[in-house]
Amino acid sequence: MSSISIIIFIGVIGLTLGITYWAAKQTTTASDFYTAGSSLTGWQNGMAIAGDYLSAASFLGIAGAISLNGFDGFYYSVGWLTAYLVVLFLVAEPLRNLGKFTMADMIGARFHAKKVRGAAALNTITIVLFYMLAQLVGAGALIKLLFGLDYWLSVLLVGFMMTIYVLFGGMTATSWVQIVKAVLLMAGTIIISFLVLLKFNFNFVGMFDAMRTATPHGEAFLHSGVVYKDPIGLISVLIALVLGTAGLPHILMRFFTVKDAKTARSSVIYAVWIIGLFYILTIFLGFGAAKFVGVDAIVAENAAGNMAAPMLAGVLGGDALESFVAAVAFATILAVVAGLVLSGASAIAHDLYGEIIKKGKVTEKQQVNAARIASLGVSFVSILLALGAEKMNVAFLVSLAFCIAASANVPTILFTIYWKRFNTTGAIASMLTGLFTALLLVAISPNVINPVEGAAFFVGDPIFPFGNPAIISVPAGFLAAIIGTLVSSKSKDEISYEEVKFKAETGYKELEN
Amino acid sequence: MMNPRQNEKKVDYAKVIQTDEFKSLVKRKKKFSTPYVILFFIVFFTLPILTSYTSILETRAIGWMTWTWLYAFGIFIMVWVLTSIYMNKAKEFDKNVEEIIKKHVVK
Repeated sequence: MSSISIIIFIGVIGLTLGITYWAAKQTTTASDFYTAGSSLTGWQNGMAIAGDYLSAASFLGIAGAISLNGFDGFYYSVGWLTAYLVVLFLVAEPLRNLGKFTMADMIGARFHAKKVRGAAALNTITIVLFYMLAQLVGAGALIKLLFGLDYWLSVLLVGFMMTIYVLFGGMTATSWVQIVKAVLLMAGTIIISFLVLLKFNFNFVGMFDAMRTATPHGEAFLHSGVVYKDPIGLISVLIALVLGTAGLPHILMRFFTVKDAKTARSSVIYAVWIIGLFYILTIFLGFGAAKFVGVDAIVAENAAGNMAAPMLAGVLGGDALESFVAAVAFATILAVVAGLVLSGASAIAHDLYGEIIKKGKVTEKQQVNAARIASLGVSFVSILLALGAEKMNVAFLVSLAFCIAASANVPTILFTIYWKRFNTTGAIASMLTGLFTALLLVAISPNVINPVEGAAFFVGDPIFPFGNPAIISVPAGFLAAIIGTLVSSKSKDEISYEEVKFKAETGYKELEN
Repeated sequence: MMNPRQNEKKVDYAKVIQTDEFKSLVKRKKKFSTPYVILFFIVFFTLPILTSYTSILETRAIGWMTWTWLYAFGIFIMVWVLTSIYMNKAKEFDKNVEEIIKKHVVK
């Protein structure tokens, strides 16, 4: 490793630790810890949402996928961006209006039943663990490749850093780390894209022409269908991408870091512009890597193509740019896992401990302590799991998290706001059906049972044909909500739909003193 | 959940949501978003359906950029345009919300 690389890395880590130190001094209440005291402005939160969203899967994963598979890799960019329309039009404002710290708060605003909150917390924890595992396994592989550290040491390093951010800085630190990281990531991506365009003499259309012969796929590189040969399988993936976002706990939690629904809305708009710009630029990352690094070299480094972007930076900008991009990738993973720890910890400390076990009777100090202990617990468990999961396929873990979010959370979120007749039985049926259908179908999918030796856990013919089961599990979640609601009689102890409706639409809150 | 000794009288939600202003707000919101929500789902899922079942997007549009790419870029533009439209419209709804709260809730 050259000295410039070391300086850049220490710079990035020092900056984020500095933020944490500053944030730690401001984090005293539960609201500070979970939601940064709801003090972020629209653009700040927009940047933080972008930071949360542009994870290693987006930066390293999509760049790699496009470089290896052409247009089929770009489907991820299109799907993940469009997902924000679902969030903006259907979820962001009512969620902000009804919730306090977590997604379960919002469902709990309508159904006081502990079982509902418990089911929501269970979903959150499951999604967080899968998502986190993906990021940690990815981080381990990345650092192993970059510095030659052992996998276990890499995972411990990332795990230790994320625990520090969350434990001391809570949401304030996590948000600002996200913001800084989003700026660095955009800067890095814009620089690489500029250099790629320069190589193509700023001829955007000519770049496509050049790509016809740049990869072993030939012209097929520019067409859909390199990977997704089965239309239903492709549509299933796209359903998970476009709906999953609206059910991801660490994204939903971001809407509580602002003061009202108006700011929540404006933060989505900033996020959409930043994320959209980024995803457009993934074309340059992917094309550039395929053309100037070469598919063989990319695959030789990492079979999934995860090192395409840093390698491209190295080819175009030398050691300094490669180190910068690698440091940004490192910061990206750190920031995203910190956000995930926080949403997992909030489900445990706020929902399970505070609201269910203690029935909401906890002091401010107890809440903050519970949140810190839960953060430690989530960090510990996820590091432990990641240590044993080195060989797991990262894309599979992320798509599973999106699929569970889309199947288990989204139907309940939508019906809570928009369906008058919806009740506790429907909510619980939907959340559990969505969760277990997704898990079960993945367990019998090609991701787990695969005829190619080494591709999955078991060798054999998969029982379920698609890697991503959203096309079955999402309708199952919706159907369970409807059937569960219709077969049960309306229970009495629920808060009136009128109240929920009014609050969701207007953001009006009674004074709780 | 609510403090029973709260100073403020509990809002009669059943009554508030029956007011013309609130009903009209909800109706206008629905009328505004529903077509867009349907539109973006159709536009989005049309892409994989067209690329999987037909080859009409596989022809060259500009140079070697095929219609598939242009369609995908179109989705990006759609996302940006719809967010702007939503933003503008939402400002109008914000005003209505303020009026409703002023008139029917905070007396």
